[in-house]
Amino acid sequence: MKITRGQFIKGGLAASATGLFSLGSLRSRLNAAEPPTYPGKMIGASHQLGHLLRQSNLSRASDELRARVVVVGGGIAGLGAARRLMRAGIEDILVLDLEEEPGGNARSGVNETSAYPWGAHYVPLLTEEARAVRRLFEDLGIITGKDARGLPIYDEYMLGFEPKERLFRFGRWQEGLVPAIGTTPEDEAQYRRFFSLMNELKTQCGSDGRRLFAIPVDESSTDPHWRALDMLSMEQWMGREGFTSDLLRWYVNYACRDDYGTVFSETSAWAGIHYFASRNGQAANAESDDVVTWPQGNGWLVARMAEPLGPRLRTRCLAMRVAVADGGVIVDVWDANESVARMIRAEAAILATPRFISARLLPNAIERMDPSSFSYAPWAVANITLDAMPEGKGAPLSWDNVAFDSPTLGYVVATSQELGMKPLSTVLTAYWPLSHKTPSEARQDALGRSLDEWQRIFADDLLNIHPELSGHIRSIDVCVWGHAMIRPVPGFIWGEARQRAREPLGRLAFAHSDLGGISLFEEAYTHGVRAAEHVLTQLSVNYDSEL
Amino acid sequence: MAPLLLVSVFVIATCGLIYELIAGTLASYLLGDSVTQFSTIIGCYLFAMGIGSWLSRYVNKNLLGVFVEVEILIGLIGGSSAALLFVLFEHIYSFHFLLYFVVTVIGVLVGLEIPLLLRILESRFEFKDLVSKVFSLDYVGALFASVLFPLVLIPYLGLVRTSFSFGMGNVLVAFWMLLMMRERIPGYRWHLGTAAIVLALLSAGFVYSERIMSFAEASTYPGKVILSESTPYQRIVITEQSGDVRLFLNANLQFSSVDEYRYHEALVHPALSAHPSPRNVLIIGGGDGLALREVLKYPSVAKVTMVDLDPEMTRLFSTNALLTALNGQSLLSKKLTIINKDAFTWLKEQRDNAGGGIYDIILIDVPDPSNFSIGKLYTVTFYKLLRSVTDEDSIVVVQSTSPLVARKSFWCVTNTLKAAGFETAAYHAFVPSFGEWGFTIATNKPYASPKSYPSGLKYLNVETADDMFHFAPDMAWVETKIQRLDDQALIHYFDEEWSKYLIY
Ligand SMILES: Cc1cc2nc3c(=O)[nH]c(=O)nc-3n(C[C@H](O)[C@H](O)[C@H](O)COP(=O)(O)OP(=O)(O)OC[C@H]3O[C@@H](n4cnc5c(N)ncnc54)[C@H](O)[C@@H]3O)c2cc1C
Repeated sequence: MKITRGQFIKGGLAASATGLFSLGSLRSRLNAAEPPTYPGKMIGASHQLGHLLRQSNLSRASDELRARVVVVGGGIAGLGAARRLMRAGIEDILVLDLEEEPGGNARSGVNETSAYPWGAHYVPLLTEEARAVRRLFEDLGIITGKDARGLPIYDEYMLGFEPKERLFRFGRWQEGLVPAIGTTPEDEAQYRRFFSLMNELKTQCGSDGRRLFAIPVDESSTDPHWRALDMLSMEQWMGREGFTSDLLRWYVNYACRDDYGTVFSETSAWAGIHYFASRNGQAANAESDDVVTWPQGNGWLVARMAEPLGPRLRTRCLAMRVAVADGGVIVDVWDANESVARMIRAEAAILATPRFISARLLPNAIERMDPSSFSYAPWAVANITLDAMPEGKGAPLSWDNVAFDSPTLGYVVATSQELGMKPLSTVLTAYWPLSHKTPSEARQDALGRSLDEWQRIFADDLLNIHPELSGHIRSIDVCVWGHAMIRPVPGFIWGEARQRAREPLGRLAFAHSDLGGISLFEEAYTHGVRAAEHVLTQLSVNYDSEL
Repeated sequence: MAPLLLVSVFVIATCGLIYELIAGTLASYLLGDSVTQFSTIIGCYLFAMGIGSWLSRYVNKNLLGVFVEVEILIGLIGGSSAALLFVLFEHIYSFHFLLYFVVTVIGVLVGLEIPLLLRILESRFEFKDLVSKVFSLDYVGALFASVLFPLVLIPYLGLVRTSFSFGMGNVLVAFWMLLMMRERIPGYRWHLGTAAIVLALLSAGFVYSERIMSFAEASTYPGKVILSESTPYQRIVITEQSGDVRLFLNANLQFSSVDEYRYHEALVHPALSAHPSPRNVLIIGGGDGLALREVLKYPSVAKVTMVDLDPEMTRLFSTNALLTALNGQSLLSKKLTIINKDAFTWLKEQRDNAGGGIYDIILIDVPDPSNFSIGKLYTVTFYKLLRSVTDEDSIVVVQSTSPLVARKSFWCVTNTLKAAGFETAAYHAFVPSFGEWGFTIATNKPYASPKSYPSGLKYLNVETADDMFHFAPDMAWVETKIQRLDDQALIHYFDEEWSKYLIY
């Protein structure tokens, strides 16, 4: 064994790994006796306002508005739809969102330390198939041009900076998220087999010439052989293929929880493989596994998309009922700004809301809407403001920091995209898919917890790996997403319910990421554009499809 | 009871040898010249043991009590010896004296152990039996220690923790004795109390060893530390040895006063002398004022902007007499504006808000690309930003690590500057305290080397400069990736190349 100067003086390998005598565990134990309470606030989908939806007695509309098109929901799908309409010259539109700020799951916050995401925080390099999104990225200057080979050039300030990922295991950080320490030759062999299979699948096309696993999902090959994978769970598939390595299974389970909020035993194998085999984005100036990101995550995109809407975007406006009438759509709205009920008559409408909400808005079409086929994973997210930077032994602080033994997914660092060398304070966004119980049980638990309890849970989780941060937590804000992500359970992606859900009801079209079966920016945006183009067709407006 | 005492023999023998090894290792580490250090330490230690053995004759009563006390003392002094020596290294005038003093004290105490034990056990064994048992265990313990030390203790625990943990070993022997033979030891409670206190101290030392070590500059620096300060950004340490003043940032050498003129002349003059009339100069980093000292040799220079992140750096180098003597009080120049901000953020703000202005000369004198934070200042994105504040005549110079040790890293800087749209000219100079060192000039038109240099330079003239632009085959250009914010290839090259060369 070669001993470096650092080890020689400090020791460090075993002694620190045991953590038994470490300063840290001692400190966090001392702290456990007297749990600190932190400043902070609870954020969340506006439950009170949302619950109005369940009440059947509507107050009478006090006035009536008209618009050519109404978009319900100001998430990515809704904003995308509105954008598509505006580009086709339909400017007489209204976009309604029940929250104070638009963005839905891609909302963000800001404090004196940094901007930070509340949910979606990045988009991978775009696949060939994500044509509509590519156009958006070009308009917003995320893609600035093409090189001689025709590859898109991304704005280098928006590409995720290195170091990107690290994993905490055995008391120290390693680079990357695939466990690399303490692996057996068998683990290594399975890693190689797994990742080379995934790489092959990335480029492989079906008999229809489409890639097997595409983003958006509906661009994928229709070959039944591959679609049949949707009937298995990812765990079953791994068993079938002889992927038995515990470390590999940990990693795949982590990936399913990360992207779908669902453990791998409940995720469809098609979706599980999709995570690894779909992202083949190319760029002139980035590697294929790069991402675009901002301190506020996809909140950056939300702001850019919402800005041109101006007063057409109405926040704190809850859609209560939607009815398809002759030659148009009527939307009943509760405007919480003025506490008045309004009726909006429009020539067409887009419901850019998750299916379980769309179903409530259309009580007469409940069978058609089939909400019970759509299952959603609850998540808890905390934004933790620090007046010191997390460190740790081994690999340096990265954008995404995951602890092997934690039930959470670790944390993302908002200041990672800062140009400065050494931020002295930061905001960490800690993500926790509540996938340990059934969604409804976990949702009940989650909504029942107080801010104080959440803060303690998140603080303990953080201090466990970063004892040095005790005393440096300035505040912890928490958000509970009751229905954060659609769950691609076996049979859902290529099942009938999802296919049917896309179909419009005359002049009423549907747009939401859940229609894609997986919660991704590209799905949300593309479904928004698709719904908008359906409306354009209905209104007999000429357009060149962006899809 | 007798077997228990024999076990103690084994433990104390192991501990005894460990202290000797710790002192030897530590001395050769701190003072260099390991053969001399090891043999003098061993000699001194063995001699001190002799003194201890001799002194044992003066112990006439309460053998057990004295033995227990000796164990506690060895535990305390031996156990904390490594930490003590490391921490005091920089603060004490004669380290040698301290070192040999500590070694002698431990040696004397260890020397007392075996004779006392022999006498304690005298009545329980036949003499020949006793001698053979005690000494064979003593030697087995020594073997055990000498194998354990390099293979397990140093790699896994490190010197400081090893020393604390064996100190605890001695104290535990004392405890054991006390508990087993409480009736026969007068003042048993008092002994027990001291043993407990010492044990607590040693455990605390063990737990806090990292903290303790962070106070011990000695672990990293040669020479005497004359100033050390932690700022929010870095650890600044200045050492002095026989007139050689050295600056370390985060333990990396930045300059040695003996040969820094070579580095700074090479950094500054090939650029400034090649410019028709350098007026507006930007220095990024360089808070030590040494590059600035060279810049101010050009009367045409009317304005210098220095962007250095750390206000403490520029404050130290404009106020401390030892340091201002080195930089000729350059930081007090009226032409200078100091901006204590992050260079990347500052430059981007300048460009976005005010168009940034144009600099005739830009000197980039920042630490080597050894981590992802500093690596940002070597990216193509940063260089493009620089390019936006240059004109046709502007000349940029980048200190670019060693082309010999880190050939790929060095050329990665050239290749990245090219990718940002610059023309480049790479050169190198020999700076003894650094080795073969490299620089890269970046311009918007081909660089033409100067016909003359300011008079009075110690290193640079037209002939030396000519040589600087030639690269021997072992440092010649290589193809590399480009250093980007999202893929810091340079950091990986640097890490790989320097780790082969140096053991940090
Ligand atoms: C914690 C978390 C992390 C994520 N991370 C990523 C990521 O990194 N990358 C990624 O691509 N995706 C991520 N996602 C997925 C993310 O959900 C999608 O990318 C996308 O933002 C979904 O947009 P959407 O428009 O389909 O749905 P939503 O965001 O759900 O939008 C629906 C909107 O409708 C509004 N609304 C609902 N009911 C009504 C009503 N009755 N009246 C008026 N308005 C109503 C809501 O307020 C909301 O704004 C993440 C999701 C979560 C929860």
